[in-house]
Amino acid sequence: MHELGIASGILSSAITAAENVGATTISSVDVSIGVLTEVMEDALQFAWDELRQGTMAENAALTVTMLGARSRCADCGHDYEHGRYDAARCPSCGSYVVMLLQGRELDINRIDAD
Amino acid sequence: MQIEIEQRILAANERLAAENRARFDEHGVFVVDLMASPGAGKTSTILATIEALRDRYAIAVIEGDIASKVDAEKVRAHGIPAVQINTGGACHLESAMIRRAVDTLDLAELDLIIIENVGNLVCPSDFDLGEHAKVMILSVPEGHDKPYKYPNIFQVSQAVILNKYDTMSVFDFDEAEFREVVRGLNGLAPIFPMSATKGEGVQAWAEWLAGRVEDAKTGRGA
Ligand SMILES: Nc1nc2c(ncn2[C@@H]2O[C@H](COP(=O)(O)OP(=O)(O)O)[C@@H](O)[C@H]2O)c(=O)[nH]1
Ligand SMILES: [Mg+2]
Ligand SMILES: [Zn+2]
Ligand SMILES: [Zn+2]
Repeated sequence: MHELGIASGILSSAITAAENVGATTISSVDVSIGVLTEVMEDALQFAWDELRQGTMAENAALTVTMLGARSRCADCGHDYEHGRYDAARCPSCGSYVVMLLQGRELDINRIDAD
Repeated sequence: MQIEIEQRILAANERLAAENRARFDEHGVFVVDLMASPGAGKTSTILATIEALRDRYAIAVIEGDIASKVDAEKVRAHGIPAVQINTGGACHLESAMIRRAVDTLDLAELDLIIIENVGNLVCPSDFDLGEHAKVMILSVPEGHDKPYKYPNIFQVSQAVILNKYDTMSVFDFDEAEFREVVRGLNGLAPIFPMSATKGEGVQAWAEWLAGRVEDAKTGRGA
C-alpha cells in the first residue's frame, strides 16, 4: 500500500527533526496533502497508527490538511480553483496551457516534540 | 516545543531523483517511465519501440514489474541490455531502485532508457524517478472511463498510449469521450492509438519519442 511509504517518510522526517533538537517524544505531526496526489487520508491515518508503535512518535496525532487544486493560465494569467478532473483548461479563455500552482503537495509542516 | 519542518515528505526520493536526472543529462540520455495496469501492454510496447528505434539509438531497459524475470528476459532476447529490479513486491518504483539499476549500465554508450514501472495506476504517479517523461499506457479492454478513476496518472504523463487498439470493435470503448476526459485532465499530452503486438500506430509514438531523444542528445533536454 502506497500510504505506508508516505507514512514512513513522515515518521522518519519527524524523528530526525526531533532528534536534531534533542527531543525524546513527539506529540503531534502536521502534514499537508494536495488533492491531486493519490494519497487517501483514511489510509494514511491507518498506516500512521501502525508505524508509530514503538517509536518516539508512539502517541503522536497526525493532523492532515488537504489542499485544494489551483492553476494559472499561461495565456491570460487567470488564477482558478478546480477539482481532480478539470485541471487542464482555463475557464476564462479556454487555453490548455496552464500551470499547476497547488494540489500535488506531500509536505510535512511541523511537529510538536519534547 | 513546535518545530517547523516544511519539507516534502518524499524529499529523500526526490533528492535521489534529481541526482539520477543530472546523471542522465550529463550523458545526453533520454529516460522514459512507462506506467500502466498489469497486462496493459508495457512490455509489448517496449519491444515494439525497440524494433522501431534500435537502428537509430542505443537503448537499454529497466524492468520494474514485480512478477518475475520474464520481462527482462524477453527484452534481452531482442539483444538489448535489460536490468531487472527486484522490488520485493513494492507497488511502485523509487529513485533509489533506479540508481542501483543505472549503476549497472554504461550511460556513455546509451541514448534512451525505457523504464517499465510496476503495473499500477495509482502510486507510480506520485514518485519521481529522475526520468524525463512519464508516459501512461491504457489498453482498450480496461475501458474509456479509467481517467475518471485514476486522474492523477493522466495528469503527470507527457503522452498517453491507447494500446490494444485492434480490440476496439470488441469492447464498448468510447474513444471520443476518452479523448475529451484526457484533454480536460491534461491538455498537452498527445494520445497515440496503438497495437503494440501488431505494429499499428507504433511509428507515430516512436517518432514522438525519437524527437525527445534528439532533444536530450543536443542538450535541449526535457
Ligand atoms: N490484442 C492485443 N494484445 C496485446 C497488445 N499489446 C499487448 N497485448 C497482449 O496483452 C498481454 C499483456 O501484455 P504485456 O506487454 O505483457 O503487458 P504488461 O503487463 O503491461 O507488460 C499479452 O498477452 C500481450 O500479447 C495489443 O496491442 N493488442
Ligand atoms: Mg510487463
Ligand atoms: Zn486563460
Ligand atoms: Zn506504491
